[in-house]
Amino acid sequence: MADTKRSMSVSTRGPEAPPLSESSAGLLRELVAHLRQNRTQLREEWARRITRAELLTAMTEEEIFAEATAVYDNYVEALETGTFEALQAYSRRLSERIIPRGVETDEVVGIVLLLRDVLARSLFNKYQDNVEKLNRILDSYEPAANRIANTVAVGFVEERERIIRQQQEAIRELSTPVLQVRERLLILPIIGVIDPQRARQLTEQLLRAIRANRAKVVVIDVTGVAAMDSGVANHLVQTVEASRLLGATVIVTGLSPEIAQTLVTIGVDLSEMATVGDLQGGIEEAERLLADRVAPTLAPLQSREIAPDSQR
Amino acid sequence: MEVPILRQGQYLIASIQSALTDADLSHLREALIAQVGRSRCRGVIVDVTALDVMDSFAVRTLRDIAHMARLRGAETVIVGIQPDVAFAMVQLGLTLKGVATVLDLEEGLAFLDGRTKDRGLDPKHKRPPSGPFRG
Repeated sequence: MADTKRSMSVSTRGPEAPPLSESSAGLLRELVAHLRQNRTQLREEWARRITRAELLTAMTEEEIFAEATAVYDNYVEALETGTFEALQAYSRRLSERIIPRGVETDEVVGIVLLLRDVLARSLFNKYQDNVEKLNRILDSYEPAANRIANTVAVGFVEERERIIRQQQEAIRELSTPVLQVRERLLILPIIGVIDPQRARQLTEQLLRAIRANRAKVVVIDVTGVAAMDSGVANHLVQTVEASRLLGATVIVTGLSPEIAQTLVTIGVDLSEMATVGDLQGGIEEAERLLADRVAPTLAPLQSREIAPDSQR
Repeated sequence: MEVPILRQGQYLIASIQSALTDADLSHLREALIAQVGRSRCRGVIVDVTALDVMDSFAVRTLRDIAHMARLRGAETVIVGIQPDVAFAMVQLGLTLKGVATVLDLEEGLAFLDGRTKDRGLDPKHKRPPSGPFRG
C-alpha cells in the first residue's frame, strides 16, 4: 500500500523529471531488460488485476489475455525506442476492434493505468534496497509511461470521435432520402430540424438526384418540419430555383398552419414557389404536370396550352 | 475561343466547349442573333454542359440571348447546367429568371418541339434521335 502511495506522489513530478544524459539511457535499457525478463509474470499479474477491477467485462478472459500480451509488448517497445507511432497505430486498431463491443473510455484508460501500476510495483520490489536508484529508474520510467497512457487514451477517444462523425454523416444521409415515385417524379420528404449545413446537403443531394433520374417534377414535403425561419425558407427558395435551372419543377407540400403564418408574418416571399396543401395533392399536381410535359412530343396539338407553365 | 453553332432542322444549337471570356460571350450572342434571322430558326439551344463556372456576365449574356432571340421569333432554352453550378448560381442570386432551362440537349429538343408549332412530325412517334427535322 505504501508503494502505491509513493508511486502517486512521485508521478506528480511527471514529465519535467531531470534528464540524466547517458546514465538515463542506461537505466531505461536496464528497465526494458527487466520488463522483458518478467514478461510472463507481469502480463499475468496485469490480466488478473484487469479481471479483478471488472474492466473490459465485454471481453472473455482469453481475449483480455491476448490483448494484454500485445499491449504489453507494444508498451515495452515504446519505452525502449521512445517512439510512439507503432503504439499509436496499435491503439487505433485496438480501439477499432473493441469499440463495437461496447468498451468504454474509462475502461481503456483504466487498463493502461493498471499496467503502469503493475510495472511500477515490480520496479519497487526490485529496487527496494536502493532507493536512490529506484528514484532514478522512476525518473526515466514515469514520463514515458505517462506519455504511453496518454497516447492510448487519445487514440481511443479519436477513434470514438471518428465513429461518431461517421454515424452523424450516415444519419444525415438517411434523414433526407430522395425517392423516385414514378418516372421523372421525385419526392423529398424533409423531417426534423433544418440547419444551414443540412439544407445545403439536402439541396446538393436533390440536384444530383434530379440529374441522375432525369426528373421533371419534384415534390418537397415539409410536413415533418416543425418550425421554419427566414433562413430555412430562403434555402427552400434557393433549392427551388436551382432545381428549375436543371429543368425540374418543384412543388412544396405540407406547410403547417404555424409555418404559413410565420412565413407571411416575417415577410418571406414564396410567391415563386408552387405550394399544395398535402403530399397527396402534391403528387396529383405533379402527375398532372408530367402528363402535360410528356404530351407535347406525342400530341403536339396540346403544346400551346402548356407553354406558360413550363416556362414559369 | 469560337463557339460552334450547329443547325439542326429548325433549331440552332450552340455548344460551349470550354470556359469563355467576356468577349467570346458577346461574340456568341451576336453570332446567334444574326443567325436566328438568317436561317429563320424557331428555336435556340445553348448547351453549357462543359461549363463548371458561370459568372454574372455569362448569366446576363444567356438571358440577353433568350430575350433577343424571342424578339427575332425564336424560343431559347439553356441546357446542361451542372448541379454544382446551379447551386452556386442561386447562391449568387443569378437565377436566369424568365429563361427556360432543362436538363440536357435531348430535353431541350423535346422542349422546343413542344413550344414551336412543328407539325412535320408524326405525332405517334417521338422525335427520331438523329434524323433531321423537316419544317
